[in-house]
Amino acid sequence: MNDPLRAARLRPGDAVRVGASGLRTRPVRVFLSALGIAIGIAAMIAVVGISTSGREDLDRRLDALGTNLLTVAPGQSFTGGTSHLPDEAEEMIARVGPVESVGATGRVEVSVYRNDHVPEPETSGIGGYAARLGLPETVGAGIAEGAWLNEATGAYPSVVLGADAAAGLGVHEPGALVWLGGRWCVVVGILRPAPLTPELDSSALVGWAFAEEELGFDGHPTTVYARADEAAVPEVRDVLAAPANPAAPNEVKVSRPSDALAAQEAADEALGGLLLGLGAVALLVGGVGVANTMVISVLERRSEIGLRRALGATRGQVRDQFLIESLLLSALGGAGGVLAGIAVTAGYAATQGWPALVPAWAMAGGLGATLVIGGLAGFYPALRAARLAPTEALTAV
Amino acid sequence: MSGTVPPVVELRGVGREYGGVTALRDATLTIGRGELVAVVGPSGSGKSTLLNLMGTLDRPTSGVVRIDGHDVGGLSDRRLAALRARTIGFVFQQFHLAAGVPVLDSVADGLLYGGTPRARRRALAEEALRRVGLGHRLRHRPHELSGGEKQRCAIARAVLGDPSGASGPGGPRLLLADEPTGALDSASGRTVMGLLRDLHAAGTTVVVITHDQDIAASLPRQVRLRDGRIADDSAGGGAR
Repeated sequence: MNDPLRAARLRPGDAVRVGASGLRTRPVRVFLSALGIAIGIAAMIAVVGISTSGREDLDRRLDALGTNLLTVAPGQSFTGGTSHLPDEAEEMIARVGPVESVGATGRVEVSVYRNDHVPEPETSGIGGYAARLGLPETVGAGIAEGAWLNEATGAYPSVVLGADAAAGLGVHEPGALVWLGGRWCVVVGILRPAPLTPELDSSALVGWAFAEEELGFDGHPTTVYARADEAAVPEVRDVLAAPANPAAPNEVKVSRPSDALAAQEAADEALGGLLLGLGAVALLVGGVGVANTMVISVLERRSEIGLRRALGATRGQVRDQFLIESLLLSALGGAGGVLAGIAVTAGYAATQGWPALVPAWAMAGGLGATLVIGGLAGFYPALRAARLAPTEALTAV
Repeated sequence: MSGTVPPVVELRGVGREYGGVTALRDATLTIGRGELVAVVGPSGSGKSTLLNLMGTLDRPTSGVVRIDGHDVGGLSDRRLAALRARTIGFVFQQFHLAAGVPVLDSVADGLLYGGTPRARRRALAEEALRRVGLGHRLRHRPHELSGGEKQRCAIARAVLGDPSGASGPGGPRLLLADEPTGALDSASGRTVMGLLRDLHAAGTTVVVITHDQDIAASLPRQVRLRDGRIADDSAGGGAR
């Protein structure tokens, strides 16, 4: 005959049902303490979701823009003065094997005004540049209005405005005249915003020949743009300095604009980290709320504990009942928080035109965190419930 | 176990102190299977202490308590819990039915800690409720029932899974009723006492704790307590 006094184990279904029994009878309190957890989890899920959605959007944008654009610019010379690229830099770079296309701009020291009555110092920050005809194709700048420069317009007082420059000058369609370098120039086109080359957004671009002949341009390119074979970008980047300025390759600065965009995104993550910290604090406060609810629950239910002990519950079974109740309570909040976090992410992404994305690890982590919190919050109250002597529990009113 | 059947309750020189206050001293009492016993005495005489000791909810500070042959002092918490789950049923003055829960489920909880599957518990609970005359109240919640009906539910819970009362598959059942009629009007009280007599007739060992002399007198055996001592036992065994 086996041991007649071996305590039976509760079946898992019974254990959960007993744990949930305390929640069913106090819906308002359960809702409020689960809400505390939910707010913390929702905040954290939303922060992770929004930053993931933003990064996904950037990735898609970079995919569309291409990450194979390199810019070559003069850096500092040994003596500390600013260096400049030789006139042939663009041609030489074009000869590098994996380079697919090149374009260049050269700084022209002119100011641009809406008309000839604007006082000279009010330049509205627009830079004048001479541009090669292949520029838009290489940098991937789209034309919003009108047309890009061609052989004919590039030789005459015609100008193409970057998106910000056009807005600053109040020019919305081609055909308008602007006062550029002491003469009237006709606007032939307006560019779309160029995320990879934001310097073009605030520039006024004129033909190379016109700039040399009429605006005193020295013919040195200040930036050479090069599209290279995607796979060879790092190598090209390393070797581009030599052909750009064979005499002084160390005075050449080669950069990859898509890196700058990614770095900007990384800067946003610092703020995300702060918000994540706030979410964690909210979660902690929520956990304290659950612990408080559980302590009160144990105090209120002393006679129930006594009855259960009289019905044959072991100390362990009473402890497990309250631990499961605490776990269920915070899991409830965690599930609600994950849903709310997804909703916030979806809403924010919709207003930004981003794809909404919440990583699975964040959802699993959120639920995991609530279970840990539920366990910690319920541990002490459950222990107190288990330690309660049956006689003491039964005499409680 | 050996051939001799141990008594359901056996107390030998049992005392219980609470921080220097003696609630019960030198109690010796034997209750055999199928007995119906009244434990009677004024309040403060040690009735509840005696009940807690017989119900293994408390341990003696001196002497030996044996329930169904098991020495309570030597049992771990888990084994004591198992003993309560299998052998002892409690009926309290305050019913202890969970608020807002259908009585069928509260009664079914009588076998929760015995490891019986839920469907079987509920089937047995329904049978037990019919036995106490509440077959039409299965889905009712405690606040929809009268005091007498609630106490009948509590009795149903206490004897759940004890079809024969005697040493059936669930072993001998000991029903401990603490002032079962204390919160009831006299008519409901009579119904509840009738029910306990029926259970006794079916073979269950029943111990009723009461301060009511009339109820005590109506039962076959009376154990009288005074000032923490057993002052008189109508069966003569434990009296001094």
